[in-house]
Amino acid sequence: METFYEVMRRQGITRRSFLKYCALTTTSLGLGPAFMPRIAHAMETKPRTPVLWLHGLECTCCSESFIRSAHPLVKDVVLSMISLDYDDTLMAAAGHQAEAILEEVMAKYKGNYILAVEGNPPLNQDGMSCIIGGRPFVEQLKRVSKDAKAIISWGSCASWGCVQAARPNPTQATPVHKVITDKPIIKVPGCPPIAEVMTGVITYMLTFDRIPELDRQGRPKMFYSQRIHDKCYRRPHFDAGQFVESFDDEGARRGYCLYKVGCKGPTTYNACSTVRWNGGTSFPIQAGHGCIGCSEEGFWDKGSFYDRLTDVHGFGIEANADQIGGAMAGVVGAAAAAHAAASVLKRVADKRAADQNQTVA
Amino acid sequence: MQYQTQGFSLDNSGRRIVVDPVTRIEGHMRIETNIDEHNVIRNAVSTGTMWRGLEVILKGRDPRDAWAFVERICGVCTGCHALASVRAVEDALQIQIPPNAHLIRELMAKTLQVHDHAVHFYHLHALDWVDIVNALKADPKKTSELQQMVSPAHPLSSPGYFRDVQSRIKKFVDSGQLGPFMNGYWGNKAYALPPEANLMAVTHYLEALDLQKEWVKIHTIFGGKNPHPNYLVGGVPCAINLDGDLAAGAPINMERLNFVKARIDEIIAFNNNVYLPDVLAIGTLYKQAGWLYGGGLAATNLMDYGDYPHVQYDKSTDQLPGGAILGGNWDEIHPVDPRDPEQVQEFVAHSWYKYADESRGLHPWDGVTEPHFELGPGTKGSRTALEQVDESAKYSWVKSPRWRGHAMEVGPLARYVLGYAHALKGNRYALRMKEQVDYSARMINQDVPKLLGFAPTELGLKQLLPTTIGRTLARAMESQYCGEMMLADWTELVDNIRNGDTSTANVEKWDPSTWPAEAKGAGPVAAPRGANCHWIRIKDGRIENYQCIVPSTWNGGPRDAKGQIGAFEAALLGMPVSDPEQPLEILRTLHSFDPCMACATHVMSPDGQELAKVTVR
Repeated sequence: METFYEVMRRQGITRRSFLKYCALTTTSLGLGPAFMPRIAHAMETKPRTPVLWLHGLECTCCSESFIRSAHPLVKDVVLSMISLDYDDTLMAAAGHQAEAILEEVMAKYKGNYILAVEGNPPLNQDGMSCIIGGRPFVEQLKRVSKDAKAIISWGSCASWGCVQAARPNPTQATPVHKVITDKPIIKVPGCPPIAEVMTGVITYMLTFDRIPELDRQGRPKMFYSQRIHDKCYRRPHFDAGQFVESFDDEGARRGYCLYKVGCKGPTTYNACSTVRWNGGTSFPIQAGHGCIGCSEEGFWDKGSFYDRLTDVHGFGIEANADQIGGAMAGVVGAAAAAHAAASVLKRVADKRAADQNQTVA
Repeated sequence: MQYQTQGFSLDNSGRRIVVDPVTRIEGHMRIETNIDEHNVIRNAVSTGTMWRGLEVILKGRDPRDAWAFVERICGVCTGCHALASVRAVEDALQIQIPPNAHLIRELMAKTLQVHDHAVHFYHLHALDWVDIVNALKADPKKTSELQQMVSPAHPLSSPGYFRDVQSRIKKFVDSGQLGPFMNGYWGNKAYALPPEANLMAVTHYLEALDLQKEWVKIHTIFGGKNPHPNYLVGGVPCAINLDGDLAAGAPINMERLNFVKARIDEIIAFNNNVYLPDVLAIGTLYKQAGWLYGGGLAATNLMDYGDYPHVQYDKSTDQLPGGAILGGNWDEIHPVDPRDPEQVQEFVAHSWYKYADESRGLHPWDGVTEPHFELGPGTKGSRTALEQVDESAKYSWVKSPRWRGHAMEVGPLARYVLGYAHALKGNRYALRMKEQVDYSARMINQDVPKLLGFAPTELGLKQLLPTTIGRTLARAMESQYCGEMMLADWTELVDNIRNGDTSTANVEKWDPSTWPAEAKGAGPVAAPRGANCHWIRIKDGRIENYQCIVPSTWNGGPRDAKGQIGAFEAALLGMPVSDPEQPLEILRTLHSFDPCMACATHVMSPDGQELAKVTVR
């Protein structure tokens, strides 16, 4: 069996660094120095944490994203870091052999396995719009969550409901936290979430043996405390009042801000503009389409993806979702207008600003 | 109950075997079979076990947004529904997209084909052929020799390389924590590969896992992310700026084009050096073991709409030419038109829906979706604890599409039979497909057996192709073909830009005020799993109706009013299972279709709800 220590060694981490890491972990857990050898011993010998990955109503984009992880490589996650004992997309067993795994792991690792949920349970139709083993998915979800150490809600389906919960939500697709109320739930929203965000959350939990710090909505702050807009490489064009007016215009070719063609970056909390997608290759705005806000609750029902936002918080990157809250919505419209005016004034002052693409309507 | 249909005999008197969940697919499904005293399958019942109601959700929305909703039908075949959607809207509004946009969409569609096919084969399907535990018995030196024999050009072939992989697998197995390989069917008699072939395939399982994440970066360049890259009605969102002001921050510049080219080169190398040689070797070894089951409807009825035109908007230049083949007659190709109300129709006699007259089918533009969740009198268990469904009544959330009343198989195999038939009729755009088929048949019959020390065989194409192996082989050939076409698309894109055309979107009809009051369109796409089409009706700038018939609806649908069976059910009939406790062969044949059940079953709306009685015209 490859232990956590062996994985780290294989990945080029020295024993010295490993021990230092154990010392840091000991301190961060608030334990005395005497505990350090015990932590190191546990790291060297403890079995991989079992993960039971259930699928409800979903499209499997979360699993597909997960297997795209570049650091760590998904093969290292699956072979060396966790024990992915149940995942109907990848598992060899089917039918009753698959269902037997759940029972075995739940009994053997009671209170020590992680439940990962992709998709959500539909509640209409007695739950029978998602059937697993002849029974409603919601039954499986409740049963497996009972003895889980923690629950990860992968993606926007599990976190918020996503596309099947868009109005009128014909199946009454319901996010996990509204069905399971007695367990710590880590929401990792996005349709799908970024691969390295997914493996980042998992490795954080394994490494530090704790749940990452969450915001008020249950999302890890390390990935979801900033808006796309705050770190967007096109932000200087927003500040300069340089916008794409329509697709494939001169502004689009120059990489101007996509706010006027509907970009939801200013109201979307995610790591797309920082971590970026697929090993840091790009992200939607860089590829010329506005952010559609896929990690936000109810993003399907907030008007067209091409409608201009009317509630942009124009200045400052320091505010997070907790601070903005609902109260902000009323005032940010005015802020956006003020900002637009400011950018016009700025340009008037700039004699070189003659390009009509820079005009702010 | 016994009856005859489409040349098959169905008999549900034997022992019933239920597999639920069927794993290593997209979405959720259940399969029930009856086996006779010789463990041969005599009845098969395919049940789609999830529904999400996306078409209901789409009503009243902006047609320009539809691609994003339907893209979420499936995150595995990501993009093919978005493409069908923008095509349907553009068809309705008569929007022609610029040549660059066409080429970029082609590159994205083929990237998906390559990615989806390879991930399907290595990560969803391989464990039906490959015994991972048996790979521990392999001699790494002999594995290296095998690798160099079946694919001399593949650089990763040293004994040390295979020894390292084997030792990692051994450590993993010895840990006692088998993870996703727990409770697999290791050691089952139906596994026919020698240890060295198993080790080679397991090694490529890991190689493909590392590489697939690179290929999809083509989507990331053009669509910003994968899964679920962005699309745009009227073209593509990624503007081109090679050498103008601020080109470095533009979506497409020289660096981005070079990046795409590098990925295409990797794709071509993997297909030629790993994927196709693996399938040919595994196919040969299973053929030698006499395992040529799983044909079903593939021997008779096959269909595709055709796609990948060599000349934009000229269907006669489709490099995957479409049509329908009936009764196994490859000499006659019937034209297929998704807009013709007499051709594609959906039936619900055995689906959880109600029609006024369930003996009739309805074209998607005129269809009705009235859900009716009802279990037959022969059901075992209860409404929320199904033990056995009653296939004489309604038994699936999937509808039954038919082409001129016929059940059809769709998918890469259908496309290859069609391509072969087209090539025989002199269609030059299908010649590469025929060449691939002839090459593969020669390899499986002659060359690979000689390399491995077996007697050659003389199986004809009609013995070799309509099988589980044939379906899996067609997917590998299609992946290779798509890689080659991508290189041509990329070259054409660069040529077009060199000639001064940098246009990527036609926004003349972007504003809904330019649209007619009413319009309807269809968007056919050659999706990885087969013929995919979306139908839209637009009224006053909003979606009035939206319908999709996706590949797994064609293949996985239940029986129709006449009792005709679909492709999944047909493929299982007559196939023996070596151990009824272990559904290995059932999974192998089902997986050869690459089922995508979230795709197949999204079309529903619930009963007992206000929304239930949605009339979809």
